[in-house]
Amino acid sequence: MAPAAVEFSHVTKSLGGRRVLDDVSFRIEPGRRVCILGRSGTGKSVTLKHVIGLMTPDTGQVLVQGEDVGRLGRRELSGLRQRIGFLFQNAALFDSISVGENVEFPMRRHTKRSPRDIRERAERLLAEVGLERDYDTMPADLSGGMRKRAALARALALEPAILLADEPSAGLDPVTAGEIDRLLMAMDRARTTLLVVTHNIPSARAIGDELIFLHEGRILARGSPAQLAASVVPLVRDFMSSAGSG
Amino acid sequence: MPVGVLVLAGDVARFAGRVAVAAARPPFEFRETVRQLFELGCRSVPLIAASGFAVGIVLSMHTRASLARFGAEALIPAGLALALVRETGPLTAGLLLSGRIGAGIGAELGAMKVTEQIDALEATAVDSFRYLVVTRVLACIIALPILTSLMNFSGIVGGYVAEATMTGMPFQTYFRLAFSSIQFSDLVPATLKTAVFGFIIATVASYLGVNTTRGTEGVGLASTRSVVYSSILLIVANVVLVRLIFFFYPA
Repeated sequence: MAPAAVEFSHVTKSLGGRRVLDDVSFRIEPGRRVCILGRSGTGKSVTLKHVIGLMTPDTGQVLVQGEDVGRLGRRELSGLRQRIGFLFQNAALFDSISVGENVEFPMRRHTKRSPRDIRERAERLLAEVGLERDYDTMPADLSGGMRKRAALARALALEPAILLADEPSAGLDPVTAGEIDRLLMAMDRARTTLLVVTHNIPSARAIGDELIFLHEGRILARGSPAQLAASVVPLVRDFMSSAGSG
Repeated sequence: MPVGVLVLAGDVARFAGRVAVAAARPPFEFRETVRQLFELGCRSVPLIAASGFAVGIVLSMHTRASLARFGAEALIPAGLALALVRETGPLTAGLLLSGRIGAGIGAELGAMKVTEQIDALEATAVDSFRYLVVTRVLACIIALPILTSLMNFSGIVGGYVAEATMTGMPFQTYFRLAFSSIQFSDLVPATLKTAVFGFIIATVASYLGVNTTRGTEGVGLASTRSVVYSSILLIVANVVLVRLIFFFYPA
């Protein structure tokens, strides 16, 4: 059996004395688009940070493409991270360099492409997210939605096998949020597995083949958008029927 | 409170050890180190040059007032140069740079921490410790002795301007008198000790920056504490280093 893109096995994590993830297990096959839903503070972002090794579980295992993230050395972890793109909730663009340099940054660090190739690819990625005129703009001069799109271009720079997106539409107006959703949905399924954390129910319905509902650190429900909408758990059903956004 | 101070001291010491180990092992971030050298070093040149010049003028006035009592005005250039090179220049440069560089590193890394830029670096498979911390520490270790030399030189120039205004002493005479009294043991150890100051400033500020919590309030705290802690440590280290210098160069 081919390894899962992402697999959590009985993962537990406590932060500041509070259990944030409590015996969480799930498996995401390559090419799937999965959204993690839930109220604030239920461990959604922490889940994503475990996938890329920014956090390690107290107990349990996180496997990414068959590799146990918690047991990887610095070099192996670096190799794994080069196969994962991460879109941060607040974009997290490096604010001392321009938007174009942000997109170039991972390629300059991890590829042997020529500076000209890197520049061309960065320009192409920025054009794909509608920022072709902002190559030399500094991140501080962009709006929230533009920063998210620039961060998405940076996350895609190394053609990741897995893209993690933390609240991609948080704080954005519905039109801009829709644009981000469309960019995520336009990604090639054959090449990229998508794991999105969101509060935004319309986004989750649009993007997700499968939804995982987290509540107080545990998986409360899992299934297709239609299955969760018809869940027997009132909290899940109510959440799915809300117009929750941002 | 004393326990908290000890815990902090232990954490900073461990962090400093980690910096020393990482700085000695590849991979090295040459490009970023050079960039930091420019950001932290070159951009400090106007502050150091102007301050050194002013310190030189003030020292010259004080030296003149003291030596005039004994009719030893001819010793003013030598006295001023010795005072600058052995202690005033290194310590003043260190304290000024703990303000400029320490606050800058603390605030910059603190802001990067609270806006998840440090996580973003890690997520793009970059060792944030080497990229952000080690490069800044190395840049400071290299920059401090150079900037101290600049401070000494501009201080002597300031002293000359003050002296020339008072007595009309020629440029060449002043500089011959000033430099004739300075020996290797006066100049080199005192200048090189500022490399230790650079290590202290960058390490303390980086530690506080990367451990920032509590959002923008935390960034302000990291910046302020960087200056306060590194200044105190710098003054304490100076006592130890001067003692060491006297041990190796008793004259």
